[in-house]
Amino acid sequence: MTVEPILAVDGLVKHFTVKTARGVRAYKNTVQAVSNVSFSVRPGETLGLVGESGSGKTTVGRCILRLIEPTAGSVRFQGEELVGMRAERLRELRRDMQIVFQDPYASLDPRLTVGTSIAEPLEVQRIPGDHRARVKELLELVGLSPDHSRRFPHEFSGGQRQRIGIARALASNPKLLVLDEPVSALDVSIQAGVVNLLADLQDQLGLAYVFIAHDLSVVRHVSHNVAVMYLGKLVEVATAETLYERASHPYTRALLSAIPVPDPGVERGRRRIMLEGDVPSPIDPPSGCRFRTRCPKAQDHCAVEEPALVDRGQGHPVACHFPD
Amino acid sequence: MSPRRMAVRRFVKHRAALISLIILGIMVLFILLAPFTARYGVNEAVFKTSPEKPNSFLSPRGIAWLGTDDIGRDLYSRLIYGLRVSILIGLASAFFGTILGVAIGAVAGLRGGWIDDLLMRVTDLFLAFPFLVTLLVLRSVMSNVPWLKPIVGNPTSIRFVVILFVLFGWMGVARLMRGQVLALKEREFVEAARALGASNTRIVLRHLLPNSAGPILVALTFAVSGNIIAEATLGFFGYGPQPGAGATSLGKLVGGAKGALLPGYWWLVVFPCVILILVSLCVNFVGDGLRDATDPKLDGNR
Amino acid sequence: MFRFVMRRLMWALPMTLIITFVVYVALRVGTDPLASYLRVNQRASEKKIQQYIETNGLYEGFGGYVRGYLQWLQGFVTFDWPRSIKGSREVWPEFRDAMFNTLRLGLTATFLGILIGLSFGIFVALKPGGLRDATVSTSSFVAISTPPYVSALLLQLLFAVYWSKWFGQSLLPTSGVYPPGHRGFDLVLMIKHMILPVTVVVIQVVAVYARYMRASLLEVLNSEYMRTARSKGISERRVLVRHALRNALIPIVTVAAIDIGAILGGLIITERIFSYPGLGDFFLGAYDNGDFPQMMPWMFFFTLVVIAFNLLADVLYAVLDPRIRLG
Ligand SMILES: Nc1ncnc2c1ncn2[C@@H]1O[C@H](COP(=O)(O)OP(=O)(O)OP(=O)(O)O)[C@@H](O)[C@H]1O
Ligand code: SF4
Ligand SMILES: [Mg+2]
Repeated sequence: MTVEPILAVDGLVKHFTVKTARGVRAYKNTVQAVSNVSFSVRPGETLGLVGESGSGKTTVGRCILRLIEPTAGSVRFQGEELVGMRAERLRELRRDMQIVFQDPYASLDPRLTVGTSIAEPLEVQRIPGDHRARVKELLELVGLSPDHSRRFPHEFSGGQRQRIGIARALASNPKLLVLDEPVSALDVSIQAGVVNLLADLQDQLGLAYVFIAHDLSVVRHVSHNVAVMYLGKLVEVATAETLYERASHPYTRALLSAIPVPDPGVERGRRRIMLEGDVPSPIDPPSGCRFRTRCPKAQDHCAVEEPALVDRGQGHPVACHFPD
Repeated sequence: MSPRRMAVRRFVKHRAALISLIILGIMVLFILLAPFTARYGVNEAVFKTSPEKPNSFLSPRGIAWLGTDDIGRDLYSRLIYGLRVSILIGLASAFFGTILGVAIGAVAGLRGGWIDDLLMRVTDLFLAFPFLVTLLVLRSVMSNVPWLKPIVGNPTSIRFVVILFVLFGWMGVARLMRGQVLALKEREFVEAARALGASNTRIVLRHLLPNSAGPILVALTFAVSGNIIAEATLGFFGYGPQPGAGATSLGKLVGGAKGALLPGYWWLVVFPCVILILVSLCVNFVGDGLRDATDPKLDGNR
Repeated sequence: MFRFVMRRLMWALPMTLIITFVVYVALRVGTDPLASYLRVNQRASEKKIQQYIETNGLYEGFGGYVRGYLQWLQGFVTFDWPRSIKGSREVWPEFRDAMFNTLRLGLTATFLGILIGLSFGIFVALKPGGLRDATVSTSSFVAISTPPYVSALLLQLLFAVYWSKWFGQSLLPTSGVYPPGHRGFDLVLMIKHMILPVTVVVIQVVAVYARYMRASLLEVLNSEYMRTARSKGISERRVLVRHALRNALIPIVTVAAIDIGAILGGLIITERIFSYPGLGDFFLGAYDNGDFPQMMPWMFFFTLVVIAFNLLADVLYAVLDPRIRLG
């Protein structure tokens, strides 16, 4: 079963240069937002990309679509290299890959009606056909009423806006969607609705997803594979089942232990692994293993040598000197 | 409800702005219908009451509601014609200055880099100098470069003054627009448009401009009153336009008040001054109302 | 801090030179010093004209402009200033007298204006929305919409012309520093002459600062942090004096330093109307004659002032607001 991946990211690096003030002096610093990240997604499948706030998930997503230029590495979409691609070809390809943004309040132009926003990709990509009918169809597809197209974003709730964002992303019939924390900004009560919608859409349309989230509970039910990020690096990649049953990186285990369990009996006896301290700054990441400052299993060796992301024979790469 | 309708609703609530808009509307009616509303031609003397009485410096009375000037012309009619020229200058120069400023500001904001730095430094200093001095120096350069003559015309023409104010007036708008672009560029909906494959031109026209329409409109309004006052200032000191034979402007009329002061012809001082204050006050109030109406902070729950 | 100031200072010098060079070119092109000279001194001999060209460095072409500028600059810093076109007078003594007159007028008016303006601003910010607020806000709006020469005309009409008609003697003089023919120093007379011009400038300054202060103070008073201070039971008065005023003044100080251009602009106009022999009157007189040797020092001086105050604004802002990044 070797299907060509629709998206293959290899050795992706993104550094930002920022000016910071310390006292009255200004320094130029490099933020190592993403360091050497590789993964691939097959058509119709979902990769869950999980990590705490600031771990570089959005940056990965923006690099995939080349909304920002990667510092190094390669992004191949349907076998074509995106990095360094000509602007015209890239514009054409954007028909096939889309993104749903993290903040449903900021990702819709407040001055445009919902219908205009959803039709924008059709216009930009010069897709022939009746745009109005297509907008109605899309609104229905994401569970909104077709009459909503003449309203403005401020008249909708967060969940509805996120559905509008999804409808817009789907307008040009893409094959790949990057979903940047599509439900984090929403109330827990409506998160499930949007996640289920996304799962249904995937079944109907055969989409591939890069599903970004900051905890493992959200991606659990929708992902085929899960990649865990910490401070710009991947620490563990596995199929969803493997990860939830046999996670072997200490960071993944800590994330897993933070998910509440529905059964009260089990919940009470559950041992949570508490992570101490804050995430270190990506400007000055720790030497060796980046997780060592908070790792319960850290040894002296961890500060000296950086653990490589190696597959120990089970199709389950882990970056740790002392995996479980 | 559309953001525009909400803005209109908020504007109407600003009472001073609404009243000002009505007053301005009346003024515009008066100057548009000048042939009917004015009782005498701009250069026409009022009829003599009797052969031996001169008709110059008449105080306000039936045949000249607001009195007459040194050569017996009706001040009321001259104010209407003068206002017409001043409002024309104010509108035209504000309009073109704003367009120029928006274009330059958008380029600076989108491009960034040294173009941006240079532009901001230059505008900073330009704006820091006393504006009369800057205007006067700019004015003399414009009128003394031979190859500019065919473009800018005579220093006393209306075209010259409009071009002068446009050259002076784009800077404030450019900074404003640049700030808008920088702020909006970071918003996700602009990035979303880019992700859809939208070009820079489309992003500017479709997203950046409409979302900056409020502040730009406000700046445009304040530019109108600023330019009306600037014209009056130039006119007052004798550097203003001398439109046509005997035609006039608020600046000239206010300037004429200087000579009327000591002999005590108060109407020649008071009425032009009051009209000038009224125009600039009303335009400013409208600008203030627009600012409240288009303030994004008050826009729904966004 | 020291390094920050030093870096800005190092920038200020090239800035001054570049700007004054641009101004130099603008004046050379715009006012054509040679033509002005010939216009004012119609019977000047060939030798006189040649001498005028040389002392002023009026060479042609871009290279000539650069050479002329450098020559002018050298003369300027060594106090070897070319004489004025009209009457071939020394420029520096007149410039100096004008400067002191302007400083006297400007400082008095600015000081009074800011003081009154800030007090008005505080006064209305404490009770926003009421009649008091509406009155002050509307009047300041009217004042801002009124150009200084208009208020000057109206004041002159009232206090000089009509006052003397009604009461036989004008209340306040309308021009100059002293009555014509007066000699020596007379404080009372001088103050009397300054009242009207000062009032005109003060009206503008008060209006601007009342609005700034009101907006700034309201913002601080409504901020999260003030609410916390209040909820902790710190008394209203202490909150105001200790925290709010301090924070509200931070942006205003910066604005004040940058605003110097606007205030000077108002001064120029005011001086002209009241025939007050200050720098504004000096400039306009020089401009009317196309008097290049008088205008250039004026421009240089103003460039220095503007740059200095811009620098001051940056530094003040940095000192007062610890959050600011000095990039
Ligand atoms: N344009 C930028 N300039 C400078 N630094 C940036 C920029 N964008 C992101 N960063 C930095 O890169 C790091 C990763 O940011 P990113 O937004 O990718 O994190 P994230 O995993 O998406 O977090 P969140 O869950 O909060 O969205 C952060 O430290 C962030 O401060
Ligand atoms: S390498 Fe060391 S510090 Fe890093 S995760 Fe493994 S045990 Fe913890
Ligand atoms: Mg993110």
